[in-house]
Amino acid sequence: MADPILKVNDLYTGYDGIPVIFGISLEVMSGELVAIVGANGAGKTTTMRTISGLNHPLKGNILFEGIDISRLAAHEILKLGISYVPEGRRIFSKLSVEKNLSLGAYTERSKTEIRRRLEELLDIFPVLRDRSKQTAETLSGGEQQMLAIARGLMSRPKLLMLDEMSLGLMPSMVEKMMDTITTINRAGTTVLLVEQMVQEALEIAHRGYVIQNGKIVQAGTARELLDSEEVRKAYLGM
Amino acid sequence: MVNSLQRKAFTRKDAVWLVFLAILALLPLLPVVTANSFRMHVMILILLFASMAQAWNIIGGYCGQVSFGHSVFFGIGAYGAGMAVVTYGGLPWPGILIGMIVAAIVAVIISYPCFKLSGHYFAIATFAIVEIFNRAFLVWDWIGGALGLDYPLADEGLKNLMWHNSKVGYYYCALVIFVLIFGIVRWLESNRFGYYMRAVREGQETAESLGVNSTAVKLTAMALSAAMAAICGAFFVQYNLRVDPPMVMSLDMSMKFVLVTILGGSGTLVGPLLGAAVLIPMQEYTRALWGGLGGGVDLIVFGLLIILMVIKQPAGMIGIVRDVRSWFFKKRDAAKGDVPYDTP
Amino acid sequence: MTLLDVQNVTMKFGELVANDRVSFTVEAGSIVGLIGPNGAGKTTLFNCISGLYKPTGGRIVFDGEDITGLKPYRIARKGAVRTFQVVRPLKDMSVFDNVLVGAFLRSSEKREAFDRAAECIRLCSLESLQERPAGDLSIGGKKRLEMARALATRPKLLMLDEVMAGLTSTEVKASVEVIRRLRESGITMMIVEHVMEGIMPIADKIVVLDGGVKIAEDAPKNIVHDPRVIEAYLGSKYSKRYRALRGDGPLG
Repeated sequence: MADPILKVNDLYTGYDGIPVIFGISLEVMSGELVAIVGANGAGKTTTMRTISGLNHPLKGNILFEGIDISRLAAHEILKLGISYVPEGRRIFSKLSVEKNLSLGAYTERSKTEIRRRLEELLDIFPVLRDRSKQTAETLSGGEQQMLAIARGLMSRPKLLMLDEMSLGLMPSMVEKMMDTITTINRAGTTVLLVEQMVQEALEIAHRGYVIQNGKIVQAGTARELLDSEEVRKAYLGM
Repeated sequence: MVNSLQRKAFTRKDAVWLVFLAILALLPLLPVVTANSFRMHVMILILLFASMAQAWNIIGGYCGQVSFGHSVFFGIGAYGAGMAVVTYGGLPWPGILIGMIVAAIVAVIISYPCFKLSGHYFAIATFAIVEIFNRAFLVWDWIGGALGLDYPLADEGLKNLMWHNSKVGYYYCALVIFVLIFGIVRWLESNRFGYYMRAVREGQETAESLGVNSTAVKLTAMALSAAMAAICGAFFVQYNLRVDPPMVMSLDMSMKFVLVTILGGSGTLVGPLLGAAVLIPMQEYTRALWGGLGGGVDLIVFGLLIILMVIKQPAGMIGIVRDVRSWFFKKRDAAKGDVPYDTP
Repeated sequence: MTLLDVQNVTMKFGELVANDRVSFTVEAGSIVGLIGPNGAGKTTLFNCISGLYKPTGGRIVFDGEDITGLKPYRIARKGAVRTFQVVRPLKDMSVFDNVLVGAFLRSSEKREAFDRAAECIRLCSLESLQERPAGDLSIGGKKRLEMARALATRPKLLMLDEVMAGLTSTEVKASVEVIRRLRESGITMMIVEHVMEGIMPIADKIVVLDGGVKIAEDAPKNIVHDPRVIEAYLGSKYSKRYRALRGDGPLG
């Protein structure tokens, strides 16, 4: 069996020395779409932030393609091929769509290469092409979310990490978002996503992990989780 | 950050409060301990500046409206008492009362238009107010103009609010003012008005959406703050026996109101006292030691302290106290498995 | 009895028309959902009703009184209180003190205000967080705080702006129960939401805005069939799922 592209081992992260996630272990195989689901405040974002280097672990380690990235800085982790799209969009509101996207490829030196990737992404996200010269703040919520994801793809990541992409989006947009993420994954990018819309996330994922109070309480294929009694009661409201 | 829950257990907050009360209880005993005139003088100034800072704290710290105009109210208080004694040859007491009322009225009149300006612009406008009053007072003959007011010699005692040989009388007077102003602020803190002031500071629009009339709150806080500053001004002139416009109505004096509070910890009860307790001795002792340099050394040290504070601990000295306390208690909490944050 | 009457409200920012002659009513004791794409004008409408903006045109009548253009604090005192979509905690004050500020609107006496604040904190599941500085909370906590604080003012009309964003389905169900109980206690509510499971099951009627204009106003079960609403907002997947759940679609 191939090695996972991402392996998180017994991770503890916290603030001021006090952990909020306790011994999280998970793995993502190349080409997979893995979902991390759980309630508000369970520790999903903390986990993502630790993997991407924005928080440093108190204990445990993270291996990306075999390399220990636990102590690396965020920009170094980006260079290695992990792109993290944080929750809340966080686009540069006063800059144009194009500028936002170009900044996603910040670590790439060749201007032609950046231009090429930009064109590629505007193809995948035609709504952004229509608005490429507009300032980001004039875009609707859904379009801004698309922009954030597109920007995350500009660095040609091996692993794309998405945090709460559905937040604040209208239902039709959530549908489009999930379709887009699926398309990106089927085109070859490994995706690890954190989602509070558990049903939607598990419908597009291959596998999933359920986090509760900082610990993984369930893991399995997406189908297994969708069918599981506990998940249905605790998260799907059934 | 004030926490308002009634708690049955003895907490760290209570510990600080107890220390404060202990100091408060010991203060009246000072004259028994020392008769040294200089030390008395320093203590008096500490109490005076702590009171001034606490007065400013009402509008600047709790209500979040940074005013650089408080020397105007201080001056009005000084002139109120001064005029009563010098110009009208009477007792200072009616002058003090009038000074308070006039200061409050002036405060409301000048800040009403200024409050329409947001944040930094309000502060800048108050700079202008000081300058206007300064110039005006310099040429206003009725109040003594540039020459100022000089106190004639009078019998010492509480009636005239004046003592000649010993500073003990002044000390107790300053202590009374200190307890009064700190008491008022303590009462405000736990009162609805205190919560409204802080809400206006933290988010005026948000406060309004919860039914808080922010304009009324700001004006009331300003009036109260000005009246308290005026009392301090009145004490000042009784202690100094002389007043003129540059002495009281200057940006210099305004800055003292602001800096002592901010350095000590604005928006806290104990901050103004901490600030005064550190800055005043430093100011007076450096001036005494190196007076020949024009007393400028204290300003240099003052400036350095401010830079240090802004970089390292913007919450002021109270922030340092809190950091030490939380470092001390953190180990205990960690052992209990207490997670202090709502995890994101 | 009509508690809120929005009459032809228009809000313009220069040339941009954010609300274009929007009209609808809210009956006392009912729950009205306000849905629509981002930028449709929902929060702008809230801002007009709560007094943050003075509408360019139209009238807003609340509890029989014309409140158009009144200052926000007056409108809050009359009993129309809103939460903010982009949350605004009073950062340096504790969670409890935040809610207390709301409670003080109706009770100037401390003991009473304390009790009211404690009640609202319990209702919004904030007990374990009540001593934290409000700025430290996660986004979910801050949204619950917005609601607790507004509730503490004992409103007649509570206007909630996307309070359920980011909740799991189970948490949404729990919130729906809270809202049901609030309605039972006599509070009228107007709720802006994107989380359909949080609004469709409880709303008496749904008002749909798109591009500043009201495009539909009907009971939830009719709204999901409305092709304009499906096109502009719901998407076919949600619409099908809702109908399946209610048993009035092909899978029903």
